[in-house]
Order: sequence, then C-alpha cells, then structure tokens
Amino acid sequence: MDFQLIWFILIAILFIGYFLLEGFDFGVGILMPFVSKDDVDRRITINTIGPFWDANEVWLITAGGAMFAAFPHWYATLFSGFYIPLFLLLVALILRAVGFEFRSKMPDKWWRKTADLFIFWGSLLPAFLWGVALTNIVQGLPIGPDKNFVGHLGAVLNPYALLGGLAAVALFTLHGALFLSLRTTGDLKERVEKVARLLWIPAGLILAAFAILGYWQTVLFEGLGLIPGTLPTLTIISFVASYVFIQLRWHGYAFGATGAAIVLGTAVVFSGLFPLVMPSTIDAAYHLTVYNASSSELTLKVMSVVALIFLPIVLGYQGWSYYVFSQRLTREAIPRD
Amino acid sequence: MESIDIARWQFGITTTYHYLFVPLTLGLSVLTAILHSFYYKTGSSEYKRLTKFFGKLFIIIFALGVVTGIVLEFQFGMAWSEYSRFVGDIFGIPLAIEALLAFFLESTFIAVWLFGWDRISKGLHLLSIWLVAIASSLSAIWILIANSWMQVPVGYVLNEGRAELSDFVAVLLNEQMLVMAPHTIIAGFVTGGLFMLGISAWHLYRGHQVELFGKSARISLIFVAVGGLLTATTGHDHAQHTGEHQPMKLAAMEGLWDTEEPASFSLFAIIDQENRTATREIRLPYLLTILAHNDLTSPVRGMNELQEMKEEQFGPGDYLPPIAIVYWGFRIMVGLGMLFIVFSIYGITLWWRGKLDTSKRYLKYAMIVMFLPFIANSAGWIVAEMGRQPWIVYGLLLTADGVSPNVSGGKMLLTTIGFTLIYGLLAAVAGFLIYRFAKKGAPEEDAPTHAY
Repeated sequence: MDFQLIWFILIAILFIGYFLLEGFDFGVGILMPFVSKDDVDRRITINTIGPFWDANEVWLITAGGAMFAAFPHWYATLFSGFYIPLFLLLVALILRAVGFEFRSKMPDKWWRKTADLFIFWGSLLPAFLWGVALTNIVQGLPIGPDKNFVGHLGAVLNPYALLGGLAAVALFTLHGALFLSLRTTGDLKERVEKVARLLWIPAGLILAAFAILGYWQTVLFEGLGLIPGTLPTLTIISFVASYVFIQLRWHGYAFGATGAAIVLGTAVVFSGLFPLVMPSTIDAAYHLTVYNASSSELTLKVMSVVALIFLPIVLGYQGWSYYVFSQRLTREAIPRD
Repeated sequence: MESIDIARWQFGITTTYHYLFVPLTLGLSVLTAILHSFYYKTGSSEYKRLTKFFGKLFIIIFALGVVTGIVLEFQFGMAWSEYSRFVGDIFGIPLAIEALLAFFLESTFIAVWLFGWDRISKGLHLLSIWLVAIASSLSAIWILIANSWMQVPVGYVLNEGRAELSDFVAVLLNEQMLVMAPHTIIAGFVTGGLFMLGISAWHLYRGHQVELFGKSARISLIFVAVGGLLTATTGHDHAQHTGEHQPMKLAAMEGLWDTEEPASFSLFAIIDQENRTATREIRLPYLLTILAHNDLTSPVRGMNELQEMKEEQFGPGDYLPPIAIVYWGFRIMVGLGMLFIVFSIYGITLWWRGKLDTSKRYLKYAMIVMFLPFIANSAGWIVAEMGRQPWIVYGLLLTADGVSPNVSGGKMLLTTIGFTLIYGLLAAVAGFLIYRFAKKGAPEEDAPTHAY
C-alpha cells in the first residue's frame, strides 16, 4: 500500500477541515465590527462562534503535527521557509484568542474596543496569510539542494500571492456571513444577509481572477490541462450555487455551498500538487515530493492506525457539539453588564 | 549573538512562559471537576458557586495555555528545522497524537462545559469537565513521550542521517516517560492546589464568603499534601533514572566533579565551571549514594570522568552542561517541593484543631506560597533541559546542529523580541484579570454564565 499517498490525503483532509471550519469563524471575526450596531450585537456575533473557534483551530494544530510526523521535510521546509509570515500568523492567532476570551471580562469601552481590534485583525490577517502561503506553494518556491528555502520575504509577497490572500479573505468572509445568518435573528440577521448578497459579486470576481491567472502562475494546471477537470468544475458550480441560494434566501444551503467551494477548492490545490508537496523554482530535482519528504513506512503505518481509530471519534463529538449549539442567539440571551 | 543562541533563548522564553499555564491547567481542571462533582452529588448551591468561580479562573488560564502552545508546535519547524528533519519520524508521532487525542477533546468539551450550563443534562455537563481534565493530563503524557525521547532515545535506527522509528511500543513506553510523567503531572496538581488554597485564603483572611472558601481551602489542602508527597517520591524515581541514563546531568545536579565511592550529597557550593572546581562546599557523606543507588557503597561518577568518557565516545568537545544553573535549579525545585509538603501538612493540622479559617498568619502565607510552584516548575524544567546540554537529542544530535540554517540571527531576534513583548503584555493583562475575578469572590448561584 502507498502510505505516502494515504498521508498526503489525510493531511489534505486536515487542512480542508481547518479552512472549512476556521474559515467561517475568521469570516465572523472580520465581519463583527461591520454588522454590529451596538455592543449586544457584537457579543451575539462573537457568541455565534464562541463554542467552536477553539476546536476549529485544533484542526491546524493537528495538521501541523501530522505533517511533522508524516512528512518531516515538508514540515521543516515550509515552517522555516515561511518564518516571518508564520510569526505574524502566530501573533494574530494569539491576539485573536485573547480578544475572544477577555473581551467580556470588563465592561469598559476602551477594553472592548481593543478586543474588537484584536478580533478583527486577528481574523483578517490569518485568512490573508493562509491564502498567500498556499498560493506560494502552488507557485513554487526557491528551494535549494538541501531542501531549504533560500529566497527572500519579498518573493513570498508577490502580486499573485497577494491576490491569493485576498481570495481567501473574500471567500471566508462570505462563508462567515452565511454562518452568521444561521445563528442570528432580527435586524442583525437581515444585515448579515445583506452583506452576503453584496459580497458575492466582488468575491466572485476576485476568485475568478485568481483561478484564471492560476493557469499561468501555478504548477496546478500543468497536469490538469486547459479544460478544468471534475474537481475545479464542481468548485465553480458550488460557488455559483451559493449565489442562487443567497438570492432565494435559502441561507442554510448557501452556507453549505460556500463550504463545498472551500472543501473542493482546497482539494483542487492538493490534488494538483500531488505527488509534489513543495515544488522548487530552482530545479525540478529539488522538488519536495511525498516520497522524498516522508517518514519511514513504520511511522506512516502507526499513524494510519491511530488516525483510522480516532479521526471518526473526533468528527463524531465535534459534530455533536455543533448540534448542541445550533439554536439562534437572540438579544435576550446576552446578559447585561 | 549567533542565531543558535537566540533560537535557544527564544525556545527557553516561550516554553517557560507556556509552562506557567500548563501545570495550572492540569491542576485546576481536576479541581474544578471535583468541585463540580460535589455539586452534582449534593446539589448544594455553594459547590455550584465555587465551581463557577474557579471555572472562570481556569478558563482564563486555559486560554493562555492554548495560544502559547501553538507557538511551540510551530517553533520546531520555524527555528529548529534541522532538528525537525532529524526527529520527525519519531517526535512527530506523539505531537500529532496529542492534537488528535487530547486537544480536540479538550477544546470541544471545554466549550460544551462553558456554554452548556442548563443546556445539556447535568450528567453530561459533569462528564464534559471531567473529559477536559482527562484530556489535559493525556496531552501532558503525549508531549512527555516526545520529550522523553529527546532525553533517552529508544526504538529508533539511524538511516541517512535521520532517526527512523523501529519500535513504536518502545517509544510509547519509554522508561524515561514512565518516571517523568507522574512527577510532572502531579506537580501540576500541586500547582493548581496551592493556587486554589491561596485564593481561598485571600477570602478567608478577610472573612468573606467563609463557608464557601473554607470548603475549597480544605479540598485543596488534601490535594496539595497528597500531591506533594507523591511529587517527592516520583521525583526520587526520576532522579535515580537520570543517574542511570544521563549520568552527566545527575553529576551536574550535584556539582560532583570527581567520582566518589560512596558519594556525598552537596548542600551548598559555589561552582567554578571554568576551572572545574567548587568552593565553600557543604557535603553530607553517603547521602548521594543512598539516594542514587539505595545502598551505602556504590559509586557515583563525577563530571571529570564522564567528560573523558564522552570524548572517547563522541570525539573531542565540551560535554558539560551549564553546571551552576542545573545545580541551583535542582536545589530550588527540591527545596520548594519540601516546603509545599510541610506547608500543607501544617495546614491540615490547623484544620484538625478547627483553626484553619481564623489563623491569619497561615492564610497570609498561603497567599504567598501560591506563587512558588511556578518557580519550582520552571526550575525543574531548567534542570531537565539544560542538564542534557550540549545535546538536543541525547547522544545523537547536538543542539547547535538542530537550528534552521536558513533563518538569520536578525529574524530570530525580531521574533524573540516580538514574542517577549506580547507575552509580557499578556502576563500583565491576565494577572490583572485573575486578580480582579479572584477578589470579587464567588458569583450568585444563578448568575449568567454566557461566556463572551
């Protein structure tokens, strides 16, 4: 059995889970200042993701750990190569968590405004950075013979990668607006629905530009050819379907559709890369692949057994927690300070 | 400073900081679960209020542990990429399993607990806090499996300059982990217990909510006394194991330059590492041999002999760890550990005589002693980690060879300053919030529990 393939798929699944779940809570954090009229609205907005955001983040931690174990070279090259962007990501995630956890602990205005800033930037910046990082990977990076990234930060922040960052922000924000529409009521609900309606077209334009330019900018379509295959087509259909559902005011379906677009879009990236994990722009001989970056077979086997047993259990209780906290939050549910 | 030095400082700062919150989480999660269990069993509003009160403090601490923990997972790859390439096969496994097994459980059920008052059945609600407590200790076990492999590598083969897994069970049941995990986790319980005792004492001292905080003070006293004794016995096992597998660390812990047979235990010494000597020594004869070997005659190797042995084995080089830090770190840890035992047993005798709630002097000291476990915990880790220098993986990889070759010293310095500033700010804010809530006392029984 090809354990490298299995683990490539599992890591793809972990990142897909991460973007699908943390995607909407990033979106909610980005939208929070704009859809709220007062502090009660802001608290409702935060509480919609209150029981979820932390567990959503664990998808990233698990993906990181799994990458470390299954593909140590991928992990080492990626993390040391994106040193400064990952530092910024960590800072953003720390401030964001602090914003969530500490905001309601004091009623003072300046305190809550500071927390709001942390939440907003702490959601926007990671969403953007993930877009930039993933784009860089599919563009290829200057990776040298000893598997190390040898480029500069400037190369990471190229225009197409920045567009990728923007695309991620747009998609996650739309996804977050639709999530909010499922967990809020009254005026707030109407406002987030309006945001979703207004946001779809600019988001669509950014995503379309990103996809089309991808033909020239990335390694993904070398294998795919000019005509998009099944996965890219399904991604486009999902995203377009979200427009239809928003217009029909079927927000649950629309949320499902943006979720599907995130899942499928990420799947396009990973399947387009395979068997590469980090293409080198210096020399094809320096590409990191699932085979030259992986652990020994025993490690992959052990990890497969563990994942096979525990991933379904995790999915089970995490799904259950979404079921427990599925009702809408009203203004009455927020206690007065 | 070169990037290796900055990377080490960064790891030291971020890990020590993270480890302020970890032991508190280990202890407070169990204590909150115990309070919640009393509430579940008795239905008493007092226990419910205590549960909510300590639960709130626990949440603040837990959140800080989570965010500072992500930094560590990323840091291996960011600053120590060569190390990551070398150990990924083995070290990555417990890290991944920790996330899959413990972090998901912890993060999901802490939210269920926090947001779940009156929303799920009482039994399920109680179960959720116990799952958080179990997951906290589970995560400690997995990360200690990873750390133990760095201390005493087992179950591996070297292949093309990397350590590859050859025996998963050996890694899983590494003897090093079996002696280290109980010591570390129980020390976390003591930390949580003294924290709860100190906060309870604050209110008892002022005669505020006495009937409530008298209860939590008694629970925490038992917790600390039992935990303190077990920390000492497990620590003894750990030290004996260290003597066997990392003799250089033990010799450094004792400032023992020359092999002694039988060996004496050092009470005080001024260490002069450069000239390989120590002055103003006070040594107790036989004691080190008794502690290390449970007999009166066995030798304990000194650092001079061990250095020669290492040179023979690995070639010329300096195989001595920074001795003074390790020597004093060990003494601070053990001294404080002893203090905690005495302090808690004295508290129990006060309780026995019915004087606990009114003994102002004891309550005052309890408010100070609650801060000392953090020093003891850090000292313990400093002994464990600095005591095995210059190795990052004992006997296999030098710390200097583990650092990322493509990350400049400037970048490392920038991020180190960044983390330090943010962590300093976090500490100030968290300290302020904990102080504020601790001072306020327990909330009313039906106070709102919406989290954010």
